[in-house]
Amino acid sequence: MHSTNYHAATTAAEAASLLSSAEDGALLAGGQTLLPTMKARLAAPSDLIDISRAEELRGISVTDGTAIIGAMTTHAEVAGHAELRSAFPALCDLAGRIGDPAVRHRGTIGGSLANNDPAACYPAAVLGTGATISTNKRDIAADDYFEGMFATALDAGEVITSITFPIPDAANYQKFAQPASRFALVGVFVAKSADRVRVAVTGASEEGVFRWTNAETSLSSDFTADAIGGLSVSSQGMISDLHGDGSYRANLVQVLTARAVAAAS
Amino acid sequence: MSQGIGAAVKRKEDKRFTTGKGKYTDDIRMENQAYAAFVRSPHAHARVNSIDTSAAEAMDGVIAILNGAELTGDGIGNIICGWAITSKDGSPMNMGAWSALATEKTRYVGDAVAIVIAETNAQARAAAEAVDIDYEELPVAASLAAALSDGAPQIHENAPGNIVYDWEIGENEATEAALAGAAHITKMDITNNRLSPNPMEPRSAVAIYDDAEDHYTLYTTSQNPHVARLVLSAFYNVAPEHKLRVIAPDVGGGFGSKIYIYPEEIACLWASMKTNRSVKWTSDRTEAFLTDAHGRDHVTKARMGFDQDGRIVGFKVSTKANFGAYMSLFSSAVPTYLYATLLSGTYNIPNIYCEVLGVYTNTVPVDAYRGAGRPEASYLVERMIETAAREMGKDPADLRNINFIREFPHQTPVIMNYDSGDFEGNMRQAMVAADWAGFGARKAESAMRGKLRGIGMSCYIEACGIAPSAAVGSLGAGVGLWESAEVRMNPVGTIEVLTGSHSHGQGHETTFAQVVADRFGVPIDTVQIVHGDTDKVQFGMGTYGSRSGPVGMSAIVKALDKLEVKIRKLAAHLLEASEADIVIEDGQVKVDGTNKVLAWHEVGLAAYTGHNLPEGMEPGLKEGAFYDPLNFTFPMGCFICEVEVDPQTGKTEILKFVASDDFGTIINPMIVDGQVHGGIAQGVGQAMLEEVRYSEDGQQLSASYMDYAMPRADDLPDFDVLHHSTPCTTNPLGMKGCGEAGAIGTPPAVINAITDAIGNNDLSMPATPAKVWAALNSATIAAE
Repeated sequence: MHSTNYHAATTAAEAASLLSSAEDGALLAGGQTLLPTMKARLAAPSDLIDISRAEELRGISVTDGTAIIGAMTTHAEVAGHAELRSAFPALCDLAGRIGDPAVRHRGTIGGSLANNDPAACYPAAVLGTGATISTNKRDIAADDYFEGMFATALDAGEVITSITFPIPDAANYQKFAQPASRFALVGVFVAKSADRVRVAVTGASEEGVFRWTNAETSLSSDFTADAIGGLSVSSQGMISDLHGDGSYRANLVQVLTARAVAAAS
Repeated sequence: MSQGIGAAVKRKEDKRFTTGKGKYTDDIRMENQAYAAFVRSPHAHARVNSIDTSAAEAMDGVIAILNGAELTGDGIGNIICGWAITSKDGSPMNMGAWSALATEKTRYVGDAVAIVIAETNAQARAAAEAVDIDYEELPVAASLAAALSDGAPQIHENAPGNIVYDWEIGENEATEAALAGAAHITKMDITNNRLSPNPMEPRSAVAIYDDAEDHYTLYTTSQNPHVARLVLSAFYNVAPEHKLRVIAPDVGGGFGSKIYIYPEEIACLWASMKTNRSVKWTSDRTEAFLTDAHGRDHVTKARMGFDQDGRIVGFKVSTKANFGAYMSLFSSAVPTYLYATLLSGTYNIPNIYCEVLGVYTNTVPVDAYRGAGRPEASYLVERMIETAAREMGKDPADLRNINFIREFPHQTPVIMNYDSGDFEGNMRQAMVAADWAGFGARKAESAMRGKLRGIGMSCYIEACGIAPSAAVGSLGAGVGLWESAEVRMNPVGTIEVLTGSHSHGQGHETTFAQVVADRFGVPIDTVQIVHGDTDKVQFGMGTYGSRSGPVGMSAIVKALDKLEVKIRKLAAHLLEASEADIVIEDGQVKVDGTNKVLAWHEVGLAAYTGHNLPEGMEPGLKEGAFYDPLNFTFPMGCFICEVEVDPQTGKTEILKFVASDDFGTIINPMIVDGQVHGGIAQGVGQAMLEEVRYSEDGQQLSASYMDYAMPRADDLPDFDVLHHSTPCTTNPLGMKGCGEAGAIGTPPAVINAITDAIGNNDLSMPATPAKVWAALNSATIAAE
């Protein structure tokens, strides 16, 4: 690891200020991607601004129809939150299957969304529910937030503060793990609300997380696994790598969507 | 005898391993310690035009930056391969020069070009990145196919066509004639996937030069410190043997990858002398992927012929073996004498012929890895016979059974002479445990849930206890493969065993003590096992090829025999009895049928005071032995694997895994079962998860755990481990060895099961979900 200056910020405003004064600063959330990257000498920020201890960025509140999760809330906290689990079990299940226990006790929802790994799980839930990402500057709708692999609508110096999920009537996340990394080789989040069905797919596309709108249309009129049976996804633009080619991933999108619908509760 | 042979006592060494008190090479800290970092080639094949160290040398903490020209200028020799293989035409193998630091060319990504010595690890690494090397990239051959293609780049000048050797064994004409008369011939093309060994502890070295004594000490992650000292001294000219001490302290797993003497250890020793500093280097995981010797990587075409009754009449095999960029220490023997000699499997095969083409590629050197040649042979034989059964419509167990060898000793057509075994007995035991007969009902139940169930077996055999020195010498080995031991009984009666074997996870501190406890009835806590230090232990050959039991413990038994003779003689004298009446049991020496007895410490004290010894007896109690095995040993067994495949995703779940092994005598069943569990896990890794992949330009695509899939607990079922032992007839304890069997027998059982489930035999390892799904779809298309 290259040498770096460490700062601990206690508020989002302080973090933004420290970031703006750093030569080549980076926000440190749970560090589950950034720190391994630095250890491999593939990243060398001059300054690390640790926001994981900022109390105002932590915590979960569940109100009528909405779950608000602070950006620095860990996956383990989301997975283990009783009130959230009774209101929105699909989100707790998703968080409980990210990485391993060590990752889940350090990694945060805000860190995951800021990084926007094309195989991360949280982007599927955020896009799949149409959640809102709040920053120190503004609120960003999920449909406007994800801009491709590792790319987001965040501006330089912008700090995610919380995520607001509309709690769906029924939802499920199906994850097919890549055998080595256990990231999603493909993950599908299906959410049904009174007025709409949303289907978000992670792990599959070279463009990052995306909505499978054909499936949404079919499911809006018939929310059954059978409604997916006649649909297929093009393998064009799907990721091909050591663990599966585009046609395999396209198949998984179809299979996992059907399973998510069947399992949605 | 609660702690002797056969007792499942807990491991003495585990307290320190499980409480963080183990002392590994990286735990060694010297007062004048500096750190090494290596400048490595980013190109798989490149000419080194110039090395500019000026910017790096000016950086904080940099002590020295040394290169290959300086290394060879100081007379450091090229890295050797220790087993000379002769080609069909009588020519010696083509050894490409391998300098610890590349001089003119680099031949794989990670090839070391320079060593940076600095005050801290971070400074050394930063400076290594600042070394500016002008490379001229050359065309790359990163696979067997590329290296053997027309116009392939020449990797070593003295290896035309990138051929290391073109070797053969067995009778070609007789085998062809047998195949010509066969009623059925099974043909297969089989690939054995390339693996990275991944011991938990990465390689590490601490080199300590003492200029006052002109003496070197090397702490290193080695499975065989004496061999390291010999090679470093005799071939690399680091120092004469008496001026070089090699210590392999606690070592966290090896799997073969720590047999070899790598460039880093050589360069650190030399750099320690050049800088007059102690030099530490510890590999990180990326360096481990890039530089630890890989395993396997064979491509094979084979034909197996059967008569009308299903008896095998001939087996012809043509294998291409990828050796990587350079010939590593044992590499040449792996696809020849450790592979082709096992092609008879557990079967009576009258005619076998095998030819092996060894090939250089622009990849990391390939050498022995848990099983070393025998997994490749076992996979080939057991996939062939399973496939033949399917083609001929025969029950795979029945086809194996009519071909099993039943009389011993059995001479195969490919050198090996099997001493013992009950092949059918093992298979039957495994079949009962696996409820082989009830499989049909379980398959139907899976089908009702939309799942595909399959079952597969493998009846492997392998060769351990390497090996009779004269025999391996006649086949080209540069060393003898005996083992040494010294047993010292102290004046207070405690016992020290100094062994040439080396424990890097095997539990020798427990099992070796059990052998002593079994002999004298003393508690294992009074027995200390000393190993891994060339200044403490007499020359020994080390641990690999499951040899510590059959060879290492045999040497201890020989030394114990000598010690017991002296103890009896001394006791008879002290107790005024006949030697024939002396009984040693429960840590006491007694005269049979009397109440005359000596406590154990009284024997030791008498020997060391020397006040009252028999006429002519020397004081003290210390005996040594060198044991040269009479034959290889032949562990064998039957593994049965049952799987369920999800046809929509191709995901395979192992539902049941039965291993029934014949390891001969078992010293500690708990440790043996642990070896089997680990071996099966690695076998499942090869079969379903692990593969080193290179791009065409020689970049390793799988060089991290994000892409290289190691087996994890939830990939594996609860194993059903059984034993059906017939003692080995050629060593004193009747041991056969158990360290590699799991890794050898597992892959064919798994692939036989998955291919049974999906109805498509065209499936290569690792059988990932994507590949199983693709194989299912191509089978479906073919069926339509």
